[in-house]
Amino acid sequence: MNYSHAELDPRKAHPFPKAVLPVLRNPQLRKNVAHAIDVIQTKRARLVAEKDDWQELRTAASAIRAHALENLGAYLEQFEERCTAAGGTVHWAADADEARRIILDLLRQEKASEVIKIKTMTSTEIQLNPFLEANGVSAFETDLAEIILQLGGEEPSHIVVPALHVNRSQVREIFARRMGLKNLSDDPKELTNAARTYLRQKFLAIPTAISGANFLIAETGSVAVVESEGNGRMCLTLPRTMITLAGIEKVLPRFQDLEVMLQLLARSATGERMNPYTSLWTGVTAGDGPQSFHVVLLDNERSSILAKAKQRQTLKCIRCAACMNACPVYRQTGGHAYGSVYPGPIGAILTPQLMQMKFAQSLPYASSLCGACYEVCPVKINIPDVLLELRAQVVNQERGRAARYFDPMYVGLRIANLLFSSARLFHAAQRLGRIGLGLFTRKDGWIHSLPSIGAKWTQTRDLRGLPDESFHEWWAKRGPQPDKEAK
Amino acid sequence: MRASLFITCYNDTLYPETGRAVVRLLERLGVEVDFHPQQTCCGQMHANTGFRGEAFSQAKRFVRLYQETETVVIPSSSCVAMMRDQYPGLFEELGNEELRRQFAALLPRVYELSEFLIDRLGVEDVGAYFPHRVTYHASCHGVRALHLGERPYRLLAKVRGLALATLENVDRCCGFGGTFSVKNAEVSSAMLAVKLQDVIATGAEYCTALDNSCLMHLGGAMHRQYAGMKTIHLAEILASTEDAPAEATL
Repeated sequence: MNYSHAELDPRKAHPFPKAVLPVLRNPQLRKNVAHAIDVIQTKRARLVAEKDDWQELRTAASAIRAHALENLGAYLEQFEERCTAAGGTVHWAADADEARRIILDLLRQEKASEVIKIKTMTSTEIQLNPFLEANGVSAFETDLAEIILQLGGEEPSHIVVPALHVNRSQVREIFARRMGLKNLSDDPKELTNAARTYLRQKFLAIPTAISGANFLIAETGSVAVVESEGNGRMCLTLPRTMITLAGIEKVLPRFQDLEVMLQLLARSATGERMNPYTSLWTGVTAGDGPQSFHVVLLDNERSSILAKAKQRQTLKCIRCAACMNACPVYRQTGGHAYGSVYPGPIGAILTPQLMQMKFAQSLPYASSLCGACYEVCPVKINIPDVLLELRAQVVNQERGRAARYFDPMYVGLRIANLLFSSARLFHAAQRLGRIGLGLFTRKDGWIHSLPSIGAKWTQTRDLRGLPDESFHEWWAKRGPQPDKEAK
Repeated sequence: MRASLFITCYNDTLYPETGRAVVRLLERLGVEVDFHPQQTCCGQMHANTGFRGEAFSQAKRFVRLYQETETVVIPSSSCVAMMRDQYPGLFEELGNEELRRQFAALLPRVYELSEFLIDRLGVEDVGAYFPHRVTYHASCHGVRALHLGERPYRLLAKVRGLALATLENVDRCCGFGGTFSVKNAEVSSAMLAVKLQDVIATGAEYCTALDNSCLMHLGGAMHRQYAGMKTIHLAEILASTEDAPAEATL
């Protein structure tokens, strides 16, 4: 059973308004998503409330991330120098293709036909697993949620809890089928034990691992990974070789900056004071952990985002997913409808930019601009502001196309602009509208059905018919302060 | 005290009773109300849909019309938010330094209705009487852009006869979002369905707010579903007295 047929490649995915349709009709999925999110949100709210300095922490984190981005080149070079000095090797990948080839070459040097992975969304961004598979390397996920997805043939729908759309009876079904455990129950403990047994064999047998990075620390050349299950720590302990794939924006200037970031990240991401495992490593250490260590620094359009002043803040993101947990749109749709590895509000701004605004143009509109994402963002990314900037870019693309005259929204807004340029025109349009909408207004004074774009409104909502007199008409008759009594 | 009412394009067209209520309320409180007949729209719909150049021309129009005005009162938090959050950026982006300066001078005199009552007039008890069970929907722009906080509740608390019913998940969006309600009509409707459950669960007769846009959305669904509940702008509750109850509306 496949629970959803998610297409996360923005080049192939349906536009958001179309992609949501099967999701909105799927009660199981909507219940799973809303339930999971409400649990995280409640925990988060409680832990944020207990921090008196939450807003100061956000301000500090925002400043640290902004400073890192403004000096990104220098900090990346510093990271490379310190990491190299500690025995690591740093590779630079301009795009997804180059990153995949670098990783495959490293695996071939290791003669690896199998590799274990710590959860990394960046690897999903570059579609690493299918590429490795096609080149004869089997990649095994070790994060519990990622195992569920991998064995179930599913795609991630969230960046922190990627199997959030799957409930435990569905997990039971996947594990029973793929692990051959006919008598497995849906008791979480039993499910975890099944995963544990499966994982032990991988940890003990496969000497090569791939990770992402939560942070790269320029000052020390270290890499930080935070996780909850200990699978990351296993991958950092047993294998001979570790390959870390990290977006270039992940850099922090100083080791001390972790103090701020780690307080915010765990609370924002999973509603915990501290995540169970925080692993930090610097190059290689004799007799401890992987003896061969590579970092692949991925650009993949990040430099071009960095170059745009209004959009640069997108790169401050520390992938905590608080924005999607707070988003009332995501709460209804889950992640797959975004047609992107990065869903929710951050995905709605990041994905089109990673696609050079050539794909995923419906995503900046996948928001009611309610501002909940900005309110919770631990690094203060003004997501609504970036959404508006990207919407303006989408409209500017449309301005050059002849087809725009067939888009009722485009035509309507251009006409509205003309009407708003003069009170006389605006008032004439109101009178005309009264006649036009009058044709659709029932005896009860309400409009129950409209044609064209109006049907999008009336498919679920009525609209009160236009009143006989607008406010300015009433005012014109009454005049200012008639018979004003002394007060 | 003088105040000029910026009614907003959709209130002028669709909800004139809200404008009449603002006039009645403010005049009762001794404010001399004025209305600029040349006003049209703040530009929010255009700006939020990506039509930035068009939004700019409306923003410019607003500043030109109101730059000499003593105080502007607007019964719509999202339109005030448009001005505070987007106008400065628009003027800067389009390199109009003069407009940017004129607007910066005007902005401190632009008030959302509840801000005007509490912050400028310093009143909480406006002498209103509204003998109904009411729940308050805190619109996104009111909560997160204007930070209205307790202001609407303080006003409601002083309305005689009114029983305030607490709304669960009060700061969750109703799904309107301007053109979002049409561009993403299905998601918008799903959000509306969830919101409406909370609103109806209050058992209130009326759902009020400081934005008729959210109320148009909620009220449209209430009417469609025969929910037995109506929407009413907070201005109309505050304008209502024993002698002059709120206007009956459809």
